[in-house]
Amino acid sequence: MSYNLTYKQFNERSILIEWPKTIDEDILNDVLQFKAKIKALEMFEITVIKHAYQSLLIQFKNNITDVESLITTLKSIYQSQTEIISFQNKIWKIPVCYDPFFGIDLANLANKKGLSIETVIEKHSQVTYKVYFIGFLPGFLYLGGLDNALETPRKATPRLQIEKGSVAIGGNQTGIYPSNSPGGWNIIGQTPINFFNVNKSEPCFARAGDGIKFIPVSKKEFLDIKTLVEHDVYIIESEVIND
Amino acid sequence: MIKVINRGLYSTVQDFGRENYQDFGVPFSGVMDRKAAAFANAILGNKPNTAVLEMTMLGAKLLFTKPTLIAISGANMSPKLNNKAITINKAVAVNSGDILSFGKLQKGFRCYLAVLGGIKSDKVLGSQSMYSGITKTYVLENNDEIEFDDLNTNFKPAFASIRFNDAYLEKNNINVFKGPEFNLLTKEQQGQLLSQEFSISKDNNRMAYQLNEVLPNNLKPIITSLVLPGTVQLTPAGKLIILMRDCQTTGGYPRVLQLSEASINVLSQKFTHQKITFNLKY
Repeated sequence: MSYNLTYKQFNERSILIEWPKTIDEDILNDVLQFKAKIKALEMFEITVIKHAYQSLLIQFKNNITDVESLITTLKSIYQSQTEIISFQNKIWKIPVCYDPFFGIDLANLANKKGLSIETVIEKHSQVTYKVYFIGFLPGFLYLGGLDNALETPRKATPRLQIEKGSVAIGGNQTGIYPSNSPGGWNIIGQTPINFFNVNKSEPCFARAGDGIKFIPVSKKEFLDIKTLVEHDVYIIESEVIND
Repeated sequence: MIKVINRGLYSTVQDFGRENYQDFGVPFSGVMDRKAAAFANAILGNKPNTAVLEMTMLGAKLLFTKPTLIAISGANMSPKLNNKAITINKAVAVNSGDILSFGKLQKGFRCYLAVLGGIKSDKVLGSQSMYSGITKTYVLENNDEIEFDDLNTNFKPAFASIRFNDAYLEKNNINVFKGPEFNLLTKEQQGQLLSQEFSISKDNNRMAYQLNEVLPNNLKPIITSLVLPGTVQLTPAGKLIILMRDCQTTGGYPRVLQLSEASINVLSQKFTHQKITFNLKY
């Protein structure tokens, strides 16, 4: 753990810790290590601990009385030589149907990028994306790793309703809409997989640090999988990554 | 049971919300004004975070089908039981067939109805707070039915004599911390932010309060980072957006201020056109 971190008081009982301002897998791993260390120590009463690309926010149960000494303690935890906590991260194989029936912006996007539809699908589905964190909507994964050739600006006018499961590209990011919602990203396909289930204690199967790989499927396969998902019997294919 | 005869402007069931699912992108939700909700509960001897009915500007019309005790706190919306005015911040006995209704909004914006033992509804991800996509419904509708426990005849209001200090309902000073990006503003912009009077725009709801006046700036969007209720975001167009209890877990606009927790209660009692100033307290 060797990044230059900044520590700021966020409100009465919260601290924000920030890493250098870049999106980077090594930074993510460092954020997740620090987060896991703090959780494992159980020396604070913490009500919320959450992270994003390069930041970590800790909300304590009680108001902070001595912010200087708290920050000193956090710094020494960060610097402490402890064993690296290993996570059982997985790569999830997510079926996606890129049929124009679902991928309503696919042809347009391919055209703008000067690529064939097949090339767009290939470039989008050959990468293993990294899950950085979940935010924006319940179950919305912030994924890193989109091929630069697919970078496409968000639509000037957002759509009022994007269907749940839509797979889309917005700027240099790709993502899956976990529920029906408004949105301005370019829709290139749809997955039948549920990314958010309120009835599960872990409402989203994927976690920060996991990988996501999109597997192109036909419309028929999409509908078959959707039926299995609706009956809660579909098992998402995955493999364990050994870091 | 309580039968909703008229749902009012925007009424929801809320407790103190969900803290444990931020990592899944789930908003906190929960009562907008914790002070008022906790007080209504305290009058009845309920725990502070017991589920209550939050009503906004125009109260609901509610029929009780069994006896209980209720307490109303927060905004004064001229509550009436069977058309007779009742006192707020006090336990009131309700009988089967009684109708609770509300009239003119006198003070504040959101009022809380607590019921002895609390409102009973499904807990989803550890909370009864309504939120679209999390709970089955996200706002009360006419003819909805709300459950609560049978009256415990042994009950004696334990805190019958505590007084509710409602001065905060008319406070327009909002206490703030510097936000993580505050120091990226110029001295002039910082000065303007902390001295100017701002008015609340019509875009105010459980998710966020927008302000009418703009703060011209050239701050760049940040790498998507973390926010909390009370985070004040500044858009490239200069709009100030104060996130409230139903806000997203992350955001990409610079965070110029952060409301103190008590100031979130103060702001949640304000509405369109009302004025506020930010007071750097910390």
